[in-house]
Amino acid sequence: MAHEKNHDYHILPPSLHPLVAAVGAFVMLFGAVLWMKGITLYMFFIGLAIVLYAMVAWWSDVIQESNVGDHTPVVRIGLRYGFIMFIMSEVMFFAAWFWSFFKHAMYPMQTFSEGQWPPPSIETFDPWHLPLINTLILLCSGAAATWAHHALVHENNRKDLANGIIIAVLLGLLFTTFQAYEYSEAAFGFSGNIYGANFFMATGFHGAHVIIGTIFLFVCYLRVRAGHFTPEKHIGFEAAAWYWHFVDVVWLFLFASIYIWGS
Amino acid sequence: MADAAVHGHEGHQDERGFFTRWFMSTNHKDIGILYLFTAGLLGFISVAFTVYMRMELMQPGVQFMCLEGARLFPTDTANCTPNGHLWNVLITAHGILMMFFVVIPALFGGFGNYLMPLQIGAPDMAFPRLNNLSYWLFVAGSALAISSVFSPGGNGQLGSGIGWVLYPPLSTTEGGFSTDLAIFAVHVSGASSILGAINMITTFLNMRAPGMTLFKVPLFSWSIFVTAWLILLALPVLAGAITMLLTDRNFGTTFFDPSGGGDPVLYQHILWFFGHPEVYIVILPGFGIISHVIATFSRKPIFGYLPMVWALIAIGVLGFVVWAHHMYTVGMSLTQQSYFMLATMVIAVPTGIKIFSWIATMWGGSVELKTPMLWAFGFLILFTTGGVTGIVLSQAAIDRAYHDTYYVVAHFHYVMSLGAVFAIFAGIYFYFPKMTGKMIPEWIGKTHFWAMFIGSNLTFFPQHFLGRQGMPRRYIDYPEAFALWNYVSSLGAFLSFSSFLFFIVSIFWVLLRVPRTAPANPWNEWADTLEWTLPSPPPEHTFETLPKQEEWDRQPSH
Repeated sequence: MAHEKNHDYHILPPSLHPLVAAVGAFVMLFGAVLWMKGITLYMFFIGLAIVLYAMVAWWSDVIQESNVGDHTPVVRIGLRYGFIMFIMSEVMFFAAWFWSFFKHAMYPMQTFSEGQWPPPSIETFDPWHLPLINTLILLCSGAAATWAHHALVHENNRKDLANGIIIAVLLGLLFTTFQAYEYSEAAFGFSGNIYGANFFMATGFHGAHVIIGTIFLFVCYLRVRAGHFTPEKHIGFEAAAWYWHFVDVVWLFLFASIYIWGS
Repeated sequence: MADAAVHGHEGHQDERGFFTRWFMSTNHKDIGILYLFTAGLLGFISVAFTVYMRMELMQPGVQFMCLEGARLFPTDTANCTPNGHLWNVLITAHGILMMFFVVIPALFGGFGNYLMPLQIGAPDMAFPRLNNLSYWLFVAGSALAISSVFSPGGNGQLGSGIGWVLYPPLSTTEGGFSTDLAIFAVHVSGASSILGAINMITTFLNMRAPGMTLFKVPLFSWSIFVTAWLILLALPVLAGAITMLLTDRNFGTTFFDPSGGGDPVLYQHILWFFGHPEVYIVILPGFGIISHVIATFSRKPIFGYLPMVWALIAIGVLGFVVWAHHMYTVGMSLTQQSYFMLATMVIAVPTGIKIFSWIATMWGGSVELKTPMLWAFGFLILFTTGGVTGIVLSQAAIDRAYHDTYYVVAHFHYVMSLGAVFAIFAGIYFYFPKMTGKMIPEWIGKTHFWAMFIGSNLTFFPQHFLGRQGMPRRYIDYPEAFALWNYVSSLGAFLSFSSFLFFIVSIFWVLLRVPRTAPANPWNEWADTLEWTLPSPPPEHTFETLPKQEEWDRQPSH
């Protein structure tokens, strides 16, 4: 690659990660089908291992490239655009689940739901107990992430930065624990009824995003400990914080529509 | 010649090994070529399926697809028990492959990757490694789709016969795991397209050459930008819908099962909320290619650049609010039907702006009938025909008669099979010299064009008559009364397929035998976007020094 490069964009050397990731995706999804049909579960986990390996290797490369200064200001703008659009696509993914919820809540079917929402045979959660506490936990977690961001950008206070992130992570874990407890107490099942399908798929995908966001923030915590991020340059943390706020907002909509209005 | 081109060209031989270049690529031009090649291969498979279907439909009665075994030569109908499942599998595979694995990868992945960064003077895509992930996920998805055809499915046979739209309850009750593989194939292809869209939008917004403001960007790049937004916002919704199918199939949820309070019509709504933007995802990049071809071979700048851009944007926005015109017959209220009818007809306005602007570009120009221009002409005629039948179908009342007949088949093949595919071929003949440095002899392109133009019209035009006579879609057989036009349609399909084979052989012949003689700009001075300032083929790295405004800015008045 002995080229003279007279611009600030990021030209990358060839990489094997995309091919490995795609092979992993194929093996994992084929394995998921075999698992669902009760044939074997090994193939899924082999594929998952390949995908996880590709993710770790790939993102390690990205952090490495950032450390050696490949992420010039214009590249950083691009990374931000990219992440914002990733979140937009996630919003549209949730649109499908909300669509199903609102359709069934506003126009319940005569069969099973008997034209009512929630269906008469369904006993729903009281939104003002655990769900409310979970809402507050998640909002506090978001506030902690913002505090950490503020500490970095305005004061370059690395102690508060690390503390803010770890508080956000711990509150995220608490939320996941409470959500798991709530699932175990549900008076309705996942299968056989539309209420449970909507409830568990919508809150379940949100829960998956909480777990991903928690891991994302935790990686940022490790990077803070390793001395990464400056007040001017901290795309990784910024993206994690955006993601975390996105997860917050989705929860507020879930809480307002499924837990409060839909019960 | 541009500085950039000279810098990139002098003394840098390509030193990458075969594996490094094609399997580990972070180069938008190589990835574009990979996309085009793979899409061509899958297109061949998908077209081969349809030829077999047209063989079956050539005569009334079932002569090929027998339960006793599929035949290559016709057999007496008395010895043949019709195998409707095989028919359904072929129809499903044809739709899924064409929709997700041929046209989007060819136009958006192939031409978009190759040309958009060149047209805006960017050295590569914003995220070159992610770009390759898009490509390999597309391959992984294709592998899942092909596996689906050969996996245990419904009716104790291989494959799933549920139609590409995967409507429940058929798709939720089809046996085996073929359908699950098809669902994951669509998931993976969707992820690939979404990552590609993020990449394209970021490149477009962040990496335009100095001085290239939004309304100076060439029309093809604009079409890719608008398409990318449609992909970004529509495909995740589809992912949600097919995830519901997956849990309904495997975990007993009842999203689409009324016995648990679910609603199968909900699936149709969510699917078409994706599905209608999808048809614009398919055609918009084609619009971009056609604009450049027509301007070049009319020796005039494109007529009405700004309205052309705004028409693209308007089509993109309107594409999101018309989805239920695919479902007039599911029992929607009159108000809903009226709204979707009106909104659908409104799309004819921006589309009309585009058609008339292309015609106005040719008006008074000195039109050169080179091969790419022939394909563009073909596109104009066929796409307009398909658009006009689209207006007919947009009428909810008329659609009562036409819904699920061959009239609909004729309509969407005119806009997609003939519109999008003719745009792809226009693009191939236009950009082949740029991509390979080799000229395709004119006689090859012209022979291919006339055979395909006649063949595809012969295939699809009679299907309007069949639809008006009331022949329904998706059946393996039909009564005697429909025999004549089915026979003609099959002859047309064989002619088109022969032209496709002729094209494949010719392309390989050109690639292997023709020397690299193409100049930087093999056409004329009206091919004035940045890619034509580069050598043919362009070097591995282009625009290592960003282009200056005077190299591309032809219309300072904007």
